[in-house]
Parts: sequence; structure tokens; C-alpha cells
Amino acid sequence: MLTLVGKDRNGIVAKVSQALFDLNGNLGETSMTRLGGNFTIMLMVCVPEKTSIVQEKLQSVCDEFELFFHLDEIEGELHQHIEPDVRISIHGADQAGIVARATGALNEAGLNILNLESDVGGQPDSPVYIMHIEGVAGKGIDSLEKALQKFSRENDVVAHMTPIDTMVG
Amino acid sequence: MALLDLLVYPDKRLTKVSQPISEISENLKQFILNLEETFRSFPGCVGIAAPQVGRFERVVLVDISHKPQHDNHGFLVLINPEISSYEGSNVGREGCLSVPDYTGKVERAVSITLEALNEKGEKKVFQMKGYEARAVQHEIDHLDGKLFLDRLVSRRNALSKRIELST
Repeated sequence: MLTLVGKDRNGIVAKVSQALFDLNGNLGETSMTRLGGNFTIMLMVCVPEKTSIVQEKLQSVCDEFELFFHLDEIEGELHQHIEPDVRISIHGADQAGIVARATGALNEAGLNILNLESDVGGQPDSPVYIMHIEGVAGKGIDSLEKALQKFSRENDVVAHMTPIDTMVG
Repeated sequence: MALLDLLVYPDKRLTKVSQPISEISENLKQFILNLEETFRSFPGCVGIAAPQVGRFERVVLVDISHKPQHDNHGFLVLINPEISSYEGSNVGREGCLSVPDYTGKVERAVSITLEALNEKGEKKVFQMKGYEARAVQHEIDHLDGKLFLDRLVSRRNALSKRIELST
């Protein structure tokens, strides 16, 4: 797993993926996104070369683009997607600990988070926090709904929950 | 009856446009029985299109009756199906027998008017909404050589149907 972060600028994805291709790397699943003014990459790659050679090649790209990176050996475990059965959106005035409290309450109510994306919007002096979560309701939808209602009341945020019924045709 | 082999993406044949049926032949009736048996062999699946088993004719089967929470017309054999009107749009998650191990968000019309022949060659008109309308749009796409992969919206695109839980 290649983890990479740095100040956002044009060409990071092209340059990094070219470097890995030059090493005969085969990319798996990736998440590449701009967070604030930073660009972040989490990328699965299978490379036949030794880790030290991959490190060296990536270092030269990262020096040029002022990026930091980290490599970890992992098991691929591709083709084992878990389907989410619920989607939760939460938004409200930004407040310290909102993610910890939300995910804590949802975890207790049986939610296994598969994907979480959050953004800070609104005005700089009154920021708004927006969070989208997809996951598996391990203890059922009712348990999550109750937890979410309580969380919403206690934290003065708006929370929506939508069951996901994947249509396979 | 017989189970038919499924074409799986990236098989290029899935992009072929299927031809209209001009006659409800005995051969077609037998094919529909085999297609249904194949469809039933995938529990949870709500539809199948003839081109998914390599027969490039405009026939689809749809049945969402095992999900009774959604309005439905039961098991449908749709020959030469045409959607004559579309209304609204929403985003829902779809998967496909021909695209294993991947699901994604797709925008579809919420309500449709559908015209098709049944297995006896009788013309039928259906008003459909929600999940059943989504299933029909997904299957008719197969007849036009399209997969849900051609219609994916961003992972960040929110699902539109929401349940308000607080004020």
C-alpha cells in the first residue's frame, strides 16, 4: 500500500502512476482525493521489484513534487467487496469531536463503516461539517436509526439515513 | 430446460445492440423458459436480458416480487420493450450478473411508461416506478449494448431518497 500526501498541484497522479508503471507495477484499488489544499493517495500496487528500488524511484518523484510517501506490505484481498446496506449523512455546525461521537454511537449500534467522506464547508468563521458514511448495519436498521436520532438530538446536527437496496440485474 | 452460459464483462459481445423480435416462435418460447431457469439460478437477482446469454434479441425478464416492499407487476416477460415516457430521476446502487464483484451508483428515471409484448405476443402497457422501473431500465440498456458501468455517477454523489431523522 502506497500512502502519499503533499500540497496539491497538477500532475501528481500522472507522475506517480507513471513511476509505478516504469517499475512494472500493477495497480489495484485506489483512493486519490484532494483534502483541503493537499492531495492524498492510498494506492494498492503489486511491484515485482525489491521494496528498496521502489522506494528509490518514488523518492525522486516525491522530491520533485515535494510529497511524502510511505510503503507497507499488505495482502491484496481483491474481489471480496462487501456491499453496504445503509447510507448515513450528517451535517451541522462544525464542533470538536463530532466524528468521534458520531462514529462511536454508530459503532455501538452495529455499524461497520466501509466508506466515510467528510468535508468542511460554509464560511471560514462559521464552518459547517458534512459527513457521508456507507456501511453494513450489523444489528439492523432500527438499531442504527435509534442511535442516529439520539445522536442528532444531543449534538444539534441533522442526520439522514437511507437503506441501500442494491439492484442486481 | 437448460441453464445458459452468462457473458461476463469485458466480453465485447455485451456492447452489441439486440434486434427486435418479429415472431413469437416455438424456439423463442423455449429460449424464454431457459432464460427464466438461468435467471432463477441467481437468488436475489431481479432481471436478465437475452444478450447476457449471447442471444441478441430484444427480450428481457424482470421479477422483483421477492422484494415485496417495492411496488411491482410480478414476473414479466418483456418482448420488444419500449419506454415511452420518463419522469423524475434518482440515484440508486446497481450491480449486474455480467459484472461480478462490483456495484455502483446509477441515475435512473423514477417513473416510466413501458410498452412491450408478453410471451403470447399481446401488447401490454405498464406504469412503473422506483425499484421496478430501475430494473427495467437496467435490462433494456442491455438490449442497447449498455451496462450500468456506462452510467455510473461519482462515488461522492449522494443517494437522493432520504429519511429525515431530526429537525
